Amino acid sequence: MTGQDRAPRRSAFWIIFAAITLLIAGGVSYLASPSPDGLDSATLRGCEVIDNNGVEQLTGQCIAQSATDHPLAASPLADYTLAGGAGTGGIAGVIGVLLTLVLTGAVVRLITRARRGPRPTTGS
Amino acid sequence: MSTTVAMHMSDGLVSTPTALLFAALALGALAWCVRRVQGELDDRAVPLAGLVAAFIFAVQMVNFPILPGVSGHLLGGALAAILVGPFTGALCIAIVLVVQSLLFADGGVTALGTNITNIALISVAAGYATAVALYALAAHRRDAVPVPVLGGIAFLAAMIGTVGAALGFVIEYSIGGATGASLQSVIPYLLGTHVVIGAGEGVITSLTVMAVARARPDLVYLLRTSRTGAAVGS
Repeated sequence: MTGQDRAPRRSAFWIIFAAITLLIAGGVSYLASPSPDGLDSATLRGCEVIDNNGVEQLTGQCIAQSATDHPLAASPLADYTLAGGAGTGGIAGVIGVLLTLVLTGAVVRLITRARRGPRPTTGS
Repeated sequence: MSTTVAMHMSDGLVSTPTALLFAALALGALAWCVRRVQGELDDRAVPLAGLVAAFIFAVQMVNFPILPGVSGHLLGGALAAILVGPFTGALCIAIVLVVQSLLFADGGVTALGTNITNIALISVAAGYATAVALYALAAHRRDAVPVPVLGGIAFLAAMIGTVGAALGFVIEYSIGGATGASLQSVIPYLLGTHVVIGAGEGVITSLTVMAVARARPDLVYLLRTSRTGAAVGS
């Protein structure tokens, strides 16, 4: 059961995990439902969304009315696109996966190094 | 362009003092997590933390339909906690939320404190507590917990974690909701949808945990710690 210490199997695990992750972000993400999620639809209860020449407006009374536009809505990756381009969601997703991987890896490594490393408390 | 689809709070839903309060709470809790990461991660598990965060980022992009016109997506609290431990897991999800908010304009910036509280802290804590309790129960009856049983544990832990995150929003809005809109009438709807989303979260969490437990049981935090715990206990 435990195929331990078999190097090829061990690296296979990481490669498959990473490949699945990239496939989800770069491909499966296109199948995502565009409907508002549980929280959004709850905060929209009581309101009606009206499309006013491409600008969404809320009528009625609901929690979402106080929501403000995202301050970084004009950023290059906003809304999981490359500069708003249609069909670029997969590329944006892959970029996000790689950034998250590198950033988390760096943070965790930094923490474990800083706390573990041989640390002469007095000068050499 | 349609509004962003993500189960994260936008800016402005709660008052500024409330947002600041939860930002302070989130920062304090994350600092505590940083101090506990060392004890959780052995060297082999360090790459898993990065991969788990990246995986959660990817899966959070995939909204699945739960009702006509309503969707949901993975939050990942139970998944992260079971695989890399609760403190490392909370840190992983917090990093995902920061990347989403600052680079993908997904989830507000002043709302980061509340989103980290709900998704990184509450869903991890509730999911992990559930997983530990159920695993102890399962391990009590037999020596080795079969992988499908672990999958069932992961399912329930994920579901509780998701509903917990929704309750976090209820608490935050009760403390400092920004509009006069009544929350009370929305609570049953909010919790009801999150039970269904939690079932979806449960399926994804269960499948992922079972796959990792079959391939590399030595990497699964819940199995690593419970084994030493049982050895000490008996």
